[in-house]
Amino acid sequence: MTATATRAKTPAASPGTPARVRSSIARTPRTFYWMVVPAVVIFFGLHTIPVLSGMFFSLTNYAGYGTWDLVGFSNYINLFQDDRVLNSYGFTFGFAIVSTLLVNVIALAIALGLNSKIKFQAAFRGVFFIPYVLAILIIGYVFNYLFANSFPAIFTALGLPGLSSNLLASPDFAWVGIVITTVWQAAAFNVILYLAGLQTISADLYEAAAIDGASGWRRFRSITFPLIGAYFTINMVLSFKSFLQVFDQIVALTAGGPGTSTESIALVIFRGGFQGGEYGYQMANAVVYLFVIIIVSFLQLRILQRREASFS
Amino acid sequence: MTDTLTNTTAPLPADTEAAARAPRTRRRLDGGNGGTNWWLTALIAVCSLTVLIPLYFTIVTALKTPDQLGGTGFELPTSIRWENFADAYQLTNFPRALMNTALITVGAVFLTLLTNSLVAYAIARNMHKKFFKGLYFYFLAAIFVPFPIIMLPVVKETALLGIDTPVGLILLYTVYGLSFNIFIFVAYINSIPVELEEAARLDGASTWTVFWKVIFPLLSPMNATVGILTCVWAWNDFLLPLVVLSDPSAQTLPLAQFIFQGQFNTNYPVAFASYLMALAPLLIVYVIAQKWVVSGVTRGSVK
Repeated sequence: MTATATRAKTPAASPGTPARVRSSIARTPRTFYWMVVPAVVIFFGLHTIPVLSGMFFSLTNYAGYGTWDLVGFSNYINLFQDDRVLNSYGFTFGFAIVSTLLVNVIALAIALGLNSKIKFQAAFRGVFFIPYVLAILIIGYVFNYLFANSFPAIFTALGLPGLSSNLLASPDFAWVGIVITTVWQAAAFNVILYLAGLQTISADLYEAAAIDGASGWRRFRSITFPLIGAYFTINMVLSFKSFLQVFDQIVALTAGGPGTSTESIALVIFRGGFQGGEYGYQMANAVVYLFVIIIVSFLQLRILQRREASFS
Repeated sequence: MTDTLTNTTAPLPADTEAAARAPRTRRRLDGGNGGTNWWLTALIAVCSLTVLIPLYFTIVTALKTPDQLGGTGFELPTSIRWENFADAYQLTNFPRALMNTALITVGAVFLTLLTNSLVAYAIARNMHKKFFKGLYFYFLAAIFVPFPIIMLPVVKETALLGIDTPVGLILLYTVYGLSFNIFIFVAYINSIPVELEEAARLDGASTWTVFWKVIFPLLSPMNATVGILTCVWAWNDFLLPLVVLSDPSAQTLPLAQFIFQGQFNTNYPVAFASYLMALAPLLIVYVIAQKWVVSGVTRGSVK
């Protein structure tokens, strides 16, 4: 720093400008390092260290307090014999697959509708986006009341006593209630993303297709869908990944019940780790979960990108 | 603004063509030419009811007395009980929870915008160097790390460091948002010509000055996007405050709804008044700034 300053000042560098330019270029990298190093250190401390320490404790019998011993891979072996854990993987994956498909299909359909020649377009768009700004936990509490009281009353009044029980109290169908609540909230964000994608498609393409006599479905299949393929891929991967981490709405709707039928992986890790004295064991669960998410994300990207390529 | 936007939609093959046809596309979207599709309008209207009905339900329930709760619950209240809001206000200590949530959200948005854009700028302009390219992929890889694996260790760590507080949460939102925000910012910064900076640098501006005076103002569309996403996330988040905050007086709005469930249980109208008060601030902001919010989120996705 001082060296460059004195050099710039000396009259020896009489051409002036080139020296200054050179010194500023030489100075640049250090400033760029200063811009990233503090962030990297903090990120490493608050993100990477927890991951690494979690991986380490997954090899111990740590309860979250007191002493611990290294136990090798026994936590991992026990995981695969634990019905509660296996059940949570089954539930979480089933939930995430159904929700991802429904959210994307519904959001794409709504976006297509909003993108056509309809009245009050801006107003409708505003309405469909509302759920995005609402906390899913609180929405869960509202839907909890709807499932427990309002829907049974409506179905009874309609003369459908078969549907008049509380959906969330059924071990077999409580997950449906969680899916409905999730789709209601999550579709909003995806509508906006698909709408953004649809608006990049030139109207000329549709005009040309209409002249060629292509039907609505054919236009969607041959023009719209291939052109928003990138959006579809990203939305599928991101929504699946976020649904695999489902937590808030389950706390609000079923708290994992009836029994443990709607316990998600995140809920099992939370309960076992904080309340059950299973810190080490649940960290092993979390490590498995991390690898599952990584593998699934990459598989999804590969499969969906291949589809995309075959369309265009 | 619109042309930088289309510039960044690189993956589209018909990119330039789309830009040239932009005015026509917009006309079509407004439904200006050709007839309106009334059937579709009706269908969309019916669909939008699925969004509006639960909101209507929340509002009417919050206004009722407990003895009006029978039936489907969709009936209008026969007599309005405004005290539900006063009860909920006191029970959940609403002003305190609101202040905490607002402070955490505002802090997280500011710190995120100031730091994440800076890091992204340094990375974007030095991508040819191994160190910065490595960092880019290091941050991106974190997108695939699910929160539950961090959850248990980070609680120990924040308690140890004494940042199990609202200030700690601000830091955590800034750090955990970094991966995704860098992804968005870097793509956008790449579309800003380097010549702009070189001109400023020839005039003797330091790299810091170049960033704050030249780049940061140019980032404002992306800052709006990142700001909105961070704001909605920090305001509505439940799990992170639940596990990190140790002091009950630091409760955020969603956390307060969770903790007071026990007290609400017998009195649904008060509970719904409380939900409504927790949902209202962001909802009101959204209604006022709707156009801006929608375009902000849209822009982020068109990167």
